[in-house]
Amino acid sequence: MNTVNYHWQRFTLTQKLSRYAVYLVLVMALVLSIQTVEVIPEFFFDAPEQMADLFTRMWPIDFAYYPISVHGAMIETLNIATLGTLLTLIFAVPLALMNANNVVASAWSQWIARFFLVSSRSVNSLVWALLFVAIFGPGIIAGVLAIAFRSVGFVGKLLGEAIENINMGPVEAIQATGAPWLSVLMKGYWPQVMPAFFSIILFRWDINVRESAVLGLVGAGGIGVVINDAMNLFEWQRVSIALLAIFVVVILAEIVVVNIRKRLI
Amino acid sequence: MAGLESTDAQYRQNPFKRNWLVTGSWLVLAGYLVFSFNAMGLTWDRFIHGLGIADQLMARMFPPNFSRWELLLSGLAESMEIAIIASVVGIFLSLFFGLFAARNLMPNWVTVPMRGFIALCRTFHPVIIAILFVKSVGFGALAGILTLIVASIGFIAKLFAEAIEEISLKQVEAIRATGAGFVSLILFSVMPQVFSRFIGFSTYQLDSNLRNSTMVGIVGAGGLGGTLFSAFQRFDYDFVAAILMSIIALIMLGEALSNVVRRIFN
Amino acid sequence: MTSAQVNIETAPFLEIKGLEKAYTPGNLILKGIDISIVESGIVAIIGPSGTGKSTLLRCINRLIDPTAGQIIFDNMDLCKARGQQLRKLRRQVGMVFQEYNLVERLTVIENVLTGRLGYMSSLAAWRRKFSQQDINTAFELLDAVGLTEHAKKRADSLSGGQRQRVGIARAVMQNPRILLADEPTSSLDPKTAVEIMELLERFAQQKNIPALVNIHDVSLASRFAKRIIGMSDGKIVYDGSPDGITDDHLKQIYGGESWLV
Repeated sequence: MNTVNYHWQRFTLTQKLSRYAVYLVLVMALVLSIQTVEVIPEFFFDAPEQMADLFTRMWPIDFAYYPISVHGAMIETLNIATLGTLLTLIFAVPLALMNANNVVASAWSQWIARFFLVSSRSVNSLVWALLFVAIFGPGIIAGVLAIAFRSVGFVGKLLGEAIENINMGPVEAIQATGAPWLSVLMKGYWPQVMPAFFSIILFRWDINVRESAVLGLVGAGGIGVVINDAMNLFEWQRVSIALLAIFVVVILAEIVVVNIRKRLI
Repeated sequence: MAGLESTDAQYRQNPFKRNWLVTGSWLVLAGYLVFSFNAMGLTWDRFIHGLGIADQLMARMFPPNFSRWELLLSGLAESMEIAIIASVVGIFLSLFFGLFAARNLMPNWVTVPMRGFIALCRTFHPVIIAILFVKSVGFGALAGILTLIVASIGFIAKLFAEAIEEISLKQVEAIRATGAGFVSLILFSVMPQVFSRFIGFSTYQLDSNLRNSTMVGIVGAGGLGGTLFSAFQRFDYDFVAAILMSIIALIMLGEALSNVVRRIFN
Repeated sequence: MTSAQVNIETAPFLEIKGLEKAYTPGNLILKGIDISIVESGIVAIIGPSGTGKSTLLRCINRLIDPTAGQIIFDNMDLCKARGQQLRKLRRQVGMVFQEYNLVERLTVIENVLTGRLGYMSSLAAWRRKFSQQDINTAFELLDAVGLTEHAKKRADSLSGGQRQRVGIARAVMQNPRILLADEPTSSLDPKTAVEIMELLERFAQQKNIPALVNIHDVSLASRFAKRIIGMSDGKIVYDGSPDGITDDHLKQIYGGESWLV
């Protein structure tokens, strides 16, 4: 009596090979990196002691410093985040429309939009801040522009994806009534995109509050300036109060966003 | 039309009553914009002046100057090394941290401190964490690596834990009923449901680390950021342009590779 | 009566000549369609799925671009119209969809009013400045389809049959010269399907316009249509009164015998 041995494998040969390839590349990259990176071992073993030293210097927290500089700077930071997010919309909405394949059907408009969106995302907000400080001088303007330019890529990409995900049926219906293109956008696309739109803006505003806090390190306004000054003067306890203020504001911002989400969406 | 109430008759006059909430929000928004522009001292003159400087700056940035390409390349390489090491270690640790933070798999005395730790990792901006590490372990790549490991854990472990909490426990129950041990249980009932999402988070974080590794150098944590910062301070704007272009190219490459990995493991 | 008026009396509502459509080159879905619509009332188009009924209808209001042929409507060739001219022609063609295609987040009355968007500027549409006459017409249409008490509700709170009635009201709101309906009853239960067909028939007669209806229920088609066009494999194989349809015709159109009673 012959028994037939069936063959079972979880992945095809191509799949297996590609998975192994990824693992291999990863391991090679890791080994290469460890060999070439310059890390001084003494610093590594020294680290816990150094960190403990730092924390002792940061304690107790200098609460008296709060009304002097920290409060005003936090308000400034919130303004930077909000204005920056609002400014983003001016660029992100057209780019999102150009990027979505169900609005403007041409390939080159998508390529152009994608170029701007990816460039905006690739450059960190801190680097944008450096650039704008060089142009507009230190201050809030550089901060607002840095946040705006960085967020365009994020908002534009997510918004484009949201637009592509809508049901085209109602859009077709509005087109069939002979409505002009803007009316089709307003009555066919917008009602469907609206929840995602507000969700994306709130999400990005939340992230921008965090980002705005550090822009001051390069001079673009906000609480980062306070931290930078305090560090340069080795006033670590003032650094602590600034960090605490950031922490509290970030948590408050999260609570606000979660509540608005529950009401609106 | 008998039986219609008067409000319905009004509705027939104009079905679009002014929505006071929406109008009010627009007014608040407009007021805020006017107020904050004033507070910032942003006048038209200042803006035009800035545009003039921007123009000069652009002129000095082009053509980009690649003559110091060895410096550029070594900075780039260091950033990549930081990103890779931090990502691998971060992904590896997050696999376990995320598992331990999942409330549907682990008892409270494990999940609560784990979740607290993860939340701490994501509270502060990587730059701030970088400053703290630079102060404790000194300038250089080590601070950058540690910073990005913390950032990775804060992101991947959190989302991984949430993904695990969303899985269908029925599949876990079924495997448990076969008498499988804990490790087999995880491998056969939990991982298949969440692995592709884990890969998604990891590739996203790899991209993010690549981006951040070019930036933490600004505060001294190694990589291209340091080169960029000194170029800015020396007003070598054409070198700045070269560095920025390299960063953008690197990140685009990273995104392309991520897409490939995601497709292979999907 | 002057001769010009006599001309208008006998000019066809819609004339299709040699219409062809290929989605991929060399693969014709519509293989030369010739139709002339001269009378008002329901004209039913029957045929199996994939034979091009939906493509045909969507070519008429240019939601799909034909590959070749002419569509003469209101003395103009729809195939050649573009831009504002196309929009002016489109607003005279009212369309009812199989999946209703209402804007779910808007209210019922606002959905009906979107039928006037082809007659308004985008600015007026944004400010929702509909004329009082338009608003009155919209409410009258809602009355006519029996949905007055739902006027303020969101469109997605209605049942399928109710939504389709809103869709019909929207199409009629355009004050069209011809109605198109792409399988308007396919997603509905038999009783509601009959109600929808009755509505379409009533509006077509009231406004004295033709209504081209894609339908795959042959008995429903025979009951309401004065003229039936049978399509098979992208061509017209029957064009005449419902009485003339025999089992042979149906076999040619749909193929197979087991479904024939």
